Amino acid sequence: MRSFGSIDLLSFTTAFQYTVLLVIMALALGAPLALGFATMRISRFLPVRLLAAIVLQIMQGIPLLALLMFVYFGLPVFLGIRMPPLMAVVIAYTIYTAVFLGEIWRGGIEAIKRTQWEAGASLGISKLQQFRHVIAPQAFRIALPASVGFLVQLIKGTSLAAIVGFIELTRAGQLSAAATLQPLLVYSIIAAIYFAICFPLTLLSRKLEVRLHGSR
Amino acid sequence: MALVEIKGLRKSFKDLEVLKGVSLTVEKGDIVALIGRSGSGKSTLLRCINGLEETQGGTIEVGERQISAKMAGLREYRQRVGIVFQQFNLFPHMNVEKNVTLAPVLTGKVSKAEARKLAEECLAKVGMLEKINAWPEQLSGGQQQRVAIARCLAMAPELMLFDEVTSALDPELVGEVLKVMEDMARQGMTMVLVTHEMSFARNVASKVVFMHQGKIWEEGTPEAVFGDPQTPELRAFISSTHH
Amino acid sequence: MNQFNFRPLFRYEDAFIEGILTTLKLAFQAGAAGLILGLVCALLLGRGNRAINLIIRSYIELIRNTPPVIQIFIIFFVFPTIGVRLPPFEASVVALTLYFGAFVTEIVRSGLASIPRSQLEAGHCLGITNLQVFLHVVMLPALRNIYPSLTSQFILLLLGTSVASFISTEELFHTAAFVDSRTFRSFEVYALISAIYVSLVIAFRLFFFAFGKLAFRWPTAR
Repeated sequence: MRSFGSIDLLSFTTAFQYTVLLVIMALALGAPLALGFATMRISRFLPVRLLAAIVLQIMQGIPLLALLMFVYFGLPVFLGIRMPPLMAVVIAYTIYTAVFLGEIWRGGIEAIKRTQWEAGASLGISKLQQFRHVIAPQAFRIALPASVGFLVQLIKGTSLAAIVGFIELTRAGQLSAAATLQPLLVYSIIAAIYFAICFPLTLLSRKLEVRLHGSR
Repeated sequence: MALVEIKGLRKSFKDLEVLKGVSLTVEKGDIVALIGRSGSGKSTLLRCINGLEETQGGTIEVGERQISAKMAGLREYRQRVGIVFQQFNLFPHMNVEKNVTLAPVLTGKVSKAEARKLAEECLAKVGMLEKINAWPEQLSGGQQQRVAIARCLAMAPELMLFDEVTSALDPELVGEVLKVMEDMARQGMTMVLVTHEMSFARNVASKVVFMHQGKIWEEGTPEAVFGDPQTPELRAFISSTHH
Repeated sequence: MNQFNFRPLFRYEDAFIEGILTTLKLAFQAGAAGLILGLVCALLLGRGNRAINLIIRSYIELIRNTPPVIQIFIIFFVFPTIGVRLPPFEASVVALTLYFGAFVTEIVRSGLASIPRSQLEAGHCLGITNLQVFLHVVMLPALRNIYPSLTSQFILLLLGTSVASFISTEELFHTAAFVDSRTFRSFEVYALISAIYVSLVIAFRLFFFAFGKLAFRWPTAR
């Protein structure tokens, strides 16, 4: 046992970088997939739509923890490979982001009236161009507050990566709490760090929400 | 003794004075029609009578009792005064019967067993008996408004207040509501109504009150007010209501 | 690719059932307590006392902007400092109650705000008491308006109970980790509990849907 000190704070700093890394990778890899998932959800082809609906139903029905364990312990068995923790958690959070952010964006896309697509079509531009130039900018504006809200969700969610021993902020807290036997102090500091990141984002999300509805 | 006695009533919303010293007497059995442009203070006056607005000066007496929004016994007072709103304000989650009997049952006026009979009586008076089991959203505006009137009648009020009750209705539905009000007038109900229906004011009211800029500008019998307006404001108002 | 074999898990049937029951108990107890907490906080928020408002707002923001697992740790370790030893299950219920209550507060507040003033006025004008206006005029329509978000939030709570495993509460997820450590059948174990969680969630969704249809039968304008 040792007392809480600068070594703990140093480890938090390092671990925090991994939390940030995890968030950035989940977004970088998950966002394009989210767009794909959103288009699957509104696809004209029933099998595609059905598949997306089933994936959504499952993802909304299992705890994030179960997804993490599944990818970390289950998938290597399934594929017959060993997977480093970073890769496993990045895969898990990428799936998580793809589905939930995708669902938010689907809401944004569907909030745009049918007539906007038709107006695009009447200009003789392709379906993709209609989406890119007419629908996406409007949908983006509508989905932005909820997307920022999801970012907060994702940041909080990365705390669960601790379960597979990935040393991000929460895991560093656990280790420090065990070493110093001062869990309350340690977890209060960890909580404060999360709060310092998440609260401004929550405020931003709310501000965007107000702006969106104020302009309606 | 008059049923309603209002003296020097003043009412402001923040810096805007809406009632600038209004005095009005309503005798038992009177049908008083408040007319005037929007913003003249008629609806506010009506709401003050029911204790919905706090006032800044003057007095309201109903049945020799001082009325204010903060008085003790406001609840009991309101059980004796019915008010019908422009937007009906029926309770969407109760069927017609429940809307009508809610207050009588909760205040102990009737037992649950007698409630159905009371609802039937009151709904028959407004011609809505066959809709006793309907939901408010299934009714037309005119029908909803008649149920709202029945809801007031169920409390057997001494005084009824009507706040532009036909203004939110499609033109073809106005008549059925006015007819119910006419019936009530004929049966001796004391009524104060804010209305834009000039022919109703002319034909049914016992007294017409023209309000302008927060004051009672002119009042009198329908014949006097409509037939011989004294002020240019009333004259302008009357001619503006002839389409 | 390995051969899948669920058979080794069968021996742990009792453990899984025990885990499911604990998960449900966590969700129900925290759900009920959090509902009451949220209701009280929402009603207090409406009274306009600045100090109380500040306390409740801070509580909501603290809960919403920190991870639930950290909240559970703090609750679990804060009680011994005041001389109370709270077993993992009870500590989890307390933490999840605080968590659920924060979200319920916001939901209920929006529900109360969704009832037009005119409905309240119409109630007051009938000469019934404030409590009667709340119970008979406000409550049901408000509940209907917030029913979808309230039930989704409960589903999130149900899934969130898995976090209680971090302090060794023996709920379903903890059971899975235990069985996994005994059988080394990770894929099968996590496939099984995922299926259980999904089934529970679908069962609750169906129940909430059916209950909503029964409870809120009046037609609405929109």
